[in-house]
Amino acid sequence: MALVCQASTNCMRNKISWAEVTIKTGQLKLQQASVAVVGAGGLGCPALQYLAAAGVGRIGIIDHDVVEISNLQRQVLHTEARVGMHKVLSAAKAIEQINSRIRVEPVTSALTASNAQTLLADYDIILDCTDNLPTRYLLSDTAVQLNRPLVSGAAQQFDGQLCIYNLGPGQGPCFRCLFPKPPAPEMAGSCEELGILGAVTGVIGTLQAMEAIKLITGLHDGRPTLLMYSALSALPFRNIKLRARRPTCPSCGTEDEKVGKIGETDYVAFCGGQRPDWVARGLVEGHENLRIRAKELKDLLMTGRRVRIIDYEMPFDTEQYAMSTNIPRSDIPLKVFVANPAAHLSTTDETSEKAIGCSTLNNATLELTEDTYLVCRLGNDSQIAVEALKSVGMKGVIKDVIGGLRAWAKEVDEMFPVY
Amino acid sequence: MSATSSPAISLKVEFGGGLELLFSNERSHTVTIPARAPSPAGADTDVHPPGGGGRPADIAFLIAWLRANLLQERAELFEENGTVRPGILVLVNDTDWELEGEGEYVLKDGDEIVFISTLHGG
Repeated sequence: MALVCQASTNCMRNKISWAEVTIKTGQLKLQQASVAVVGAGGLGCPALQYLAAAGVGRIGIIDHDVVEISNLQRQVLHTEARVGMHKVLSAAKAIEQINSRIRVEPVTSALTASNAQTLLADYDIILDCTDNLPTRYLLSDTAVQLNRPLVSGAAQQFDGQLCIYNLGPGQGPCFRCLFPKPPAPEMAGSCEELGILGAVTGVIGTLQAMEAIKLITGLHDGRPTLLMYSALSALPFRNIKLRARRPTCPSCGTEDEKVGKIGETDYVAFCGGQRPDWVARGLVEGHENLRIRAKELKDLLMTGRRVRIIDYEMPFDTEQYAMSTNIPRSDIPLKVFVANPAAHLSTTDETSEKAIGCSTLNNATLELTEDTYLVCRLGNDSQIAVEALKSVGMKGVIKDVIGGLRAWAKEVDEMFPVY
Repeated sequence: MSATSSPAISLKVEFGGGLELLFSNERSHTVTIPARAPSPAGADTDVHPPGGGGRPADIAFLIAWLRANLLQERAELFEENGTVRPGILVLVNDTDWELEGEGEYVLKDGDEIVFISTLHGG
């Protein structure tokens, strides 16, 4: 009996000491580790927060952007007071408040093909917290060249993805193995353009920190997987088994089997040229018969004139402006509608009228009985919609709001929720 | 032609990363497709030989079938040259399709096939 007790006590002691050792050596490893976080935005902020809190000894942050008010819904290290400040400096300040012993190395220049290796060579692990495809390819290639694991996060709307590329290194695939050809730039939207629920970048950024901590402390099992998160799904997390490194990959492939060369890649050109700047496009002046400034629309509304607003994003506050009717987002997506507006205009049944939100539409003449203004988030979809309505021969005043609800918030109503 | 029903297989098909927008904005679909595809791959999917003709239905056939029967808009954002467009990852029962033979993977009744578009935002 005594013997058993003795044994189990020893066992317990051993277990405790094992845990202690793991934690202690883990903490030491974290202190001695260095991590480069590229992008101090929606993913970078939560990742930095947990890396700093965990006590990672040296953290590099690379980003050339400055803090904007519309960033604050997801970029949780920045504050109202630091709007206009470089994101990396704002993040560095936040980290100092969390753990003043961490050495933060902020870099305010953009990551390019010519500086990537120099900027990243001095770190054990690289975190891809960027928001665009050319930089993702550049980071992947650089991580392969430097023999570093790349903990990559991405998020859009309600979805997120997490993957460690070049895991091993030389075992798991790189970004190029998985996606040898980039999709068209039109398909590659950023958070700023497509919108995102801040907590989604929070989930993925936090997981990036977790994966980095596992790599540093030796707790990662080394198997390449891709984690997909979709906030609205009944089962929001799905982890999938990934292929191994592609021997023919021009980036990480085996030397004599590589197909194609990376060399002096122009990453932007490789990804199909400059991504369209949807914010700028939504702000183009346009023809005065087709577009109206937010301020002008406000003035018009204040005169008490009956107008119709077709709002594809969220309902305007009708009471505030005593406007005649407000039609919130229709049941039919704008893109389906503009693909064939006639199909939605030609019949007189109630559904089609509801679909485009024009109950005063006179189908015989295709003339709108009230001046109609279309508004969307940035002012791109609404331009297409106006064009579609005109193309089927609709007469009357039909215009869209330059810069959409963003412009409304900027020029008319500062309290209007920006997203 | 006799109207005898051709053998069919039932699959769970899921779309993610924005692809669901092309499929009625529904992520999850259960589809029943012919168990055999016209041969060779890439032939017209609206006509499928009854009974034993053609090749067993594989993912290449599923892609063509989805394009013809389930896709609602902008086919070029889903399919390109008989396969998925660049930037889409295909999963067979939670495994990267490259480990399963990509388009040549022969579908089994009850398989779960996921099409996911890579995300770039952050």
